[in-house]
Amino acid sequence: MHLSADDWSAIRLTLELASIVTVLLLIIGTPIAWWLARSRSPLRGVVGAVVSLPIVLPPTVLGFYLLVLMGPEGMVGRLTEALGLGRLPFTFPGLVVASILYSLPFVVQPVQNAFMAMGDRPLEVAATLRASPLRTFFCVALPLARPGFITAAILGFAHTVGEFGVVLMIGGNIPDKTRVISMQIYNHVEALEYGQAHGLAAILLAFSFLVLLALYTVGGARNTLGAGR
Amino acid sequence: MSGGLTLKCRLPLADFALEADLSLPGRGVTALFGPSGSGKTTLLRCVAGLARAAGRVEINGECWQDDARRIFLPTHKRPLGYVFQEASLFAHLSVRANLEFGLKRIAPAQRKVGWDAALELLGIGHLLERGTAALSGGERQRVAIARALLTSPQLLLMDEPLAALDGRRKQEILPYLERLHDELAIPVLYVSHSPDEVARLADHLVLLEQGQVLASGPIAELQARLDLPMALDEDAAVVVDAEVLAHDEAYALTRLGLAAGSIQVTRKPLAVGRRARIKIQARDVSIALSADNPSSIVNRLPARVRGFGEAAHPAQCLVSLDAGGTLLLARITRLSRDQLGLREGMEVVAQIKSVALLG
Repeated sequence: MHLSADDWSAIRLTLELASIVTVLLLIIGTPIAWWLARSRSPLRGVVGAVVSLPIVLPPTVLGFYLLVLMGPEGMVGRLTEALGLGRLPFTFPGLVVASILYSLPFVVQPVQNAFMAMGDRPLEVAATLRASPLRTFFCVALPLARPGFITAAILGFAHTVGEFGVVLMIGGNIPDKTRVISMQIYNHVEALEYGQAHGLAAILLAFSFLVLLALYTVGGARNTLGAGR
Repeated sequence: MSGGLTLKCRLPLADFALEADLSLPGRGVTALFGPSGSGKTTLLRCVAGLARAAGRVEINGECWQDDARRIFLPTHKRPLGYVFQEASLFAHLSVRANLEFGLKRIAPAQRKVGWDAALELLGIGHLLERGTAALSGGERQRVAIARALLTSPQLLLMDEPLAALDGRRKQEILPYLERLHDELAIPVLYVSHSPDEVARLADHLVLLEQGQVLASGPIAELQARLDLPMALDEDAAVVVDAEVLAHDEAYALTRLGLAAGSIQVTRKPLAVGRRARIKIQARDVSIALSADNPSSIVNRLPARVRGFGEAAHPAQCLVSLDAGGTLLLARITRLSRDQLGLREGMEVVAQIKSVALLG
């Protein structure tokens, strides 16, 4: 199996994208998951549904709306231009933003389930031991939710690696900038280079299998995955 | 009020409203006693700030909640210790880290309960490096109690700490709780529905039913009352705090001093001068008009009749007696009462057939 320089570039770009997105998702998704797990607000249902939309929405629909929003006439596009950030579509940062929205439920749900599974008791115990709510969150809730975070990180990373429709809509197919593995496979097939396509496709297949294998053999992660999906 | 616990709270619950207006002593063990679902735990959670009722909570002059002044300290700012019903150790931490969790948030100058003292008191020194999963139920609860103590609380709240344990584990922990009671000057609010635990541990009793306080007072006083549901119990009894006076080796007896007079029990391995709590059941107390007639009953105390009450069986009645400051209950037949001509205020002799030592 021979991988071309373009293939390697796509692999590198994909890993870079998935890593950045995973880190950002854990940072953004944790407070959302905490709120969803603990809030009694009537908005809880709405927020939960919006966060979960990408699970059922065709990626092209999500990508289309993002393209419109982030384009020169869109609200987000005007904002980014006003801030001197330029436009997001067809750039790597644009791809990061889109991927975060796309993979958000895969990070929020396992973490939310882990927070819900621990119940109120550990938090109450921490309060009776003089720990402030912030300290309780970092010293008790986060460590107890660890299996949920492992699942969330793996799922968020893997889901970002495997995205196609959103990238197609928002990122295009620019080498070294937005051409990720799934795009590169598409290009190979379009060019009838089945051998090359096989190489990358096999890599993704093996990768996906290993990810799921890891999830189902790590005991704690299996539980949160089972409850989360 | 300083030097005590003022507890005023109102909270609507599913089936009834919890209503309490209590002034409790600032020392010793106060038991919140009542059937399951009577609001005991909710009351405790209100004191801790884990549940929010309307009202006022003050401990030894310090205000934790006063709606009139818009004061509500969140739980983590209240200097209290809380022991939950089920073992609630942090699963991600070792025993040592669990114990240190609260301790490290207490300024060294404010630590009144030392590390070694807490470990020794609860007998958990050998468990320090273990994970919490490797502990038995009794060990977990001991660690949880030590963890609460190490925050040097001004008030220790215990929510049926033995309820989740089997009989043997209970017997394993009770002596530790008794030592806690004897050796630490921390007031304790102890929720329980077990008459045995209450008899062994409590100094003060609050009776709860359907969210209402039926009675609140020193345990000996409440147990001797004839108008409370406890009196109707088959095992109606009073507890008496006594002091070990002397041992009689020839007859293998131990003499215990009461408020006035003394009684003798079978030889107990207790040091002279030690405090001992005994339980005297109403069914084991009989009444004679004078001490003249010889009897095989060793313990005979002069007493005054305080009043009469109904017993569970119509043939019987309860007599409340005051034996020189020690309150006793006697369950006798109504026939005997009339044959002896017992009246309120009469001087009689209380004959105690059997005494149980509680610890």
